[in-house]
Amino acid sequence: MTTSILTYILGIPLLAAVLLVFVPGNYRVIIRAIALAATLVPMVLAIKMFCQFVTGHVGYQFEQQIPWVESLGMSYHVGVDGLNVGLVLMGAIVAFAAACCSWEIQTREKEFYILLLVMTGGILGAFASLDLFFFYAFHEFALVPTFIMIGVWGRSERKNYATFQITIYLTIGALLALIGLIALYIQSGAHTFDIPKLVEYIAANPLAAKSQNFIFPLLLFGFGILVSLWPFHSWAALGYGAAPAPTAMLHAGVLKKFGLYGLIRVALPLMPQAAQSWMQILAWLCLGNILYVGWVAMKQKNLNLLIGNSSVAHMGFIFLGIASLNLIGVTGAVLVMIAHGFLAALTFALSGYIYQKTGTLQISELGGLCRPLRFIGVTLLMAAMAGCGLPGFANFVGEVTVFFGAWQVPSLRVVTVLAVWGALIIGAVYMTRAVRNVLHGPVPEKWSKLADATDVWRKLPYALLLVSLLVFGFVPSLLTDKIVPDAKKMVQMANPVSDKPGAVAVSEIPNLKSALPN
Amino acid sequence: MNASLMTLEICVMALGTVLMLADFWLPDERKKFAGYAAVAALTGLLVISFSGCGACSLGGSAFNGMFVQDGLAIFFKRFFIVAAILVLFMAVEFSDRIAGGVSEYYSLIVFALSGMLFAASANDFTMLFVAIELITITFYILTSFQRGRLVSLEAGVKYLILGALSSSFMVFGIALVWGTTGKLNFNELAAVAAQFETSKIFLFGVLFILVGLGFKIAAFPFQIWAPDVYQGAPTPTTAFLAVGSKAAGFVLLLRVLFTAVPTVTAHWMNLLIVISAITILYGNLCALPQRNLKRLLGYSSIAHAGYLLLGVAALSASGQSALLYYLAGYLFTVIAAFTVICLVTRHLDNDDVSALAGLNQRSPLLASTMTLAMASLAGIPPLAGFFGKFLLLKAVLEQGAVNPGYYCLAFTALAGVVISFYYYFGVIRAIYWSKNVVDVSPIQLSGPIKVAVCICIAGMFWLGIFPTTALDMANEAAKVFGK
Repeated sequence: MTTSILTYILGIPLLAAVLLVFVPGNYRVIIRAIALAATLVPMVLAIKMFCQFVTGHVGYQFEQQIPWVESLGMSYHVGVDGLNVGLVLMGAIVAFAAACCSWEIQTREKEFYILLLVMTGGILGAFASLDLFFFYAFHEFALVPTFIMIGVWGRSERKNYATFQITIYLTIGALLALIGLIALYIQSGAHTFDIPKLVEYIAANPLAAKSQNFIFPLLLFGFGILVSLWPFHSWAALGYGAAPAPTAMLHAGVLKKFGLYGLIRVALPLMPQAAQSWMQILAWLCLGNILYVGWVAMKQKNLNLLIGNSSVAHMGFIFLGIASLNLIGVTGAVLVMIAHGFLAALTFALSGYIYQKTGTLQISELGGLCRPLRFIGVTLLMAAMAGCGLPGFANFVGEVTVFFGAWQVPSLRVVTVLAVWGALIIGAVYMTRAVRNVLHGPVPEKWSKLADATDVWRKLPYALLLVSLLVFGFVPSLLTDKIVPDAKKMVQMANPVSDKPGAVAVSEIPNLKSALPN
Repeated sequence: MNASLMTLEICVMALGTVLMLADFWLPDERKKFAGYAAVAALTGLLVISFSGCGACSLGGSAFNGMFVQDGLAIFFKRFFIVAAILVLFMAVEFSDRIAGGVSEYYSLIVFALSGMLFAASANDFTMLFVAIELITITFYILTSFQRGRLVSLEAGVKYLILGALSSSFMVFGIALVWGTTGKLNFNELAAVAAQFETSKIFLFGVLFILVGLGFKIAAFPFQIWAPDVYQGAPTPTTAFLAVGSKAAGFVLLLRVLFTAVPTVTAHWMNLLIVISAITILYGNLCALPQRNLKRLLGYSSIAHAGYLLLGVAALSASGQSALLYYLAGYLFTVIAAFTVICLVTRHLDNDDVSALAGLNQRSPLLASTMTLAMASLAGIPPLAGFFGKFLLLKAVLEQGAVNPGYYCLAFTALAGVVISFYYYFGVIRAIYWSKNVVDVSPIQLSGPIKVAVCICIAGMFWLGIFPTTALDMANEAAKVFGK
């Protein structure tokens, strides 16, 4: 089998990280050039892969498998289908944007770029892996640099506390998921960590209900903690508030989606019965994200904490899409994952720029920034509009699809109504309020001389992310056509019995295209 | 009689004697380099042990079954020889801190190695006791070798008193077992042990033997000596104690539990689970406030004894092979850490964490070695520690269907891992991000110690990224108990 393009996408950042170890720390330009090149090339390759992906084809493409530990059934196995092709693309674009935004790092640049590249390789590896062991190990590999980056390059006086909290929460989450994954391997009896084989084996020999009821909560809450599911969310806003912008972009934008992807890829299709019984609970927990954390976001006085909380709130929509367990809902969930990745990266990049220039993110001290910072201000305005779910941005498509999907499930209708309310009212309140206080109004004297991002290189990361949001907002079929066939297969596995009240049989779901706005 | 099976042991004994005699003829300034000669000789033995010829072929026993040469024995003999080689590299660097008798120090390390080699092959309680005493008594001397330092003497005395106490427990236990069953050979004992399962005296005998072994591996509640001795002993001694002595304890524990009294072991599942869980929690929690590097690693070694006990408590072949694999990773990781400590504290009189401040400027190689060692101990991919912990957890969870206690044990192990992140990262933090760096003078490294450090780094990565070979070896060794 030839080397898959995915191996290059995840291998180049890792190799570049090793290379950087041998570059002397005072060659700053070279270090930055290597880091940019090592994220640019994977991005170009990811775009190429996305374009070459054969739409409408069920199953994995760009596969590569190398046996690793055969006695345990482990292999290095990468591949993409509709569920993760968009995520790999999003991850690669955000990684490049994060590397571009890293000019804000002025101290110990070499170490920072090494960690950034390790994190990038780990993230892309986690999304591309089709082997449970590598899936987990790559995630862990990306997680550890996050802690170090927040601890060392973080800002605000509470960074030690934030590092401490994010480390404990995420380590516990990851380890719970690890126990769940190992238990899944053992209970399945398939003697393989290979996801496609495991799916096939379990489709033929379903897991006993007892094991499902033991393993599913481990995965749900393990992954849930990683995604800041309410009430395990308190690490998120604080951690992102203290993190340097590139780290927050990569974590909030991409790495956090690992837990959601794990639920969709592993937990739902392999443990359908347990999934059915837990989804009702998950739906109510996601209201905690949407309503409670949304309310918390309204109260924030710091721009970064506001963005962090809003990012936690957005996770609620993805959980709602997953909880609906039908084709439209899951498709919407994947769409929101991708859209939110771009959005979170964009907002954290912009707040990083403002912090860099002003040295503060207290909303009360900012104001009228649209005048000195034209480009940054307008971009932030558009990002805020995307966050409210304005049509034209990818977030709107995803969220509206999630709501359509959730509405299909009669028992989730109350939740859906509340969630829509949360999305439209609460989201709009805190976003427009932030826009008014930060961008409009009189300019304080001290900010009137702020330098805007003028040259192309400075504008590039923001433009790239914004364009991505708009492209997928106007032409969502680029994504939906790829997602639907594989989502359908996944939903069929997760709904083995359609006679259960509340579960909508797949055949009854109307054509997705007619449900979409454009 | 089949004494040729003991070629490795005899060669190591001879090497120790030669080193001791060399003391008479070598000029003082050359004595230091006798260590490299020992390294070369042991490397030769290691190569022979892989050749599979003659004495190193599998199978066979000597002295009426007291001495066996099976897969497990060969696995551990290679393990011990590698450990001794790396420790000798460190000892050469340490030699300027030893007031007198450098050759003696080397030869004692080699004699301790011979004890470990005998322990790997022990299949009889007499042999077990002799091997343990050979190891422990040499370690009493090795621990207090820096006669000018009070802490070293104090550590030696502590180790002597507690070691003697645990040895007496063990002898008492052996006497009770022999008194009730009339057997000392493990295989013969296994054949009759089932009849004595209800005999309280027999069970007490086995329990006392486990007390003695628990002391060697520093498992709760016999861990009390570890932090003090680790802190006070000369650094190469500490490293050898942490790796060699602990592994010798584990090989004997495996033999006693799974060859000599397997029927009793099956009943003691809960005991093993509880001991393993408490050892993990105790080690990790006590390591949290430590500021002295060697003491911190002492507590961490207690925690790791707990992780290793997971493999014992699982009572399964996969548990045993996971234990062996984990030990292999632990060997490179811990020796790497102690080598760095040994080099960094050369001109300091304490081993405080602050000694590492600015290490990344003083010696990037040592800084990255220490970082990798801490990351591997914490269990971060792609290093050896991660895959080892993964295997141990898998082995424990596999038994979950037998006894729900195993699920609790797995969660306890995870709690331990989360706690351990704090202090392992504290060490990494001290290396790269200390505020007040006082000493920025570069650390000069000799060629051989660079080789030793690179072997450790390569070992950590090799076991983490290409685990197949080592795992096959571990599986092969664990087959001994499947017969």
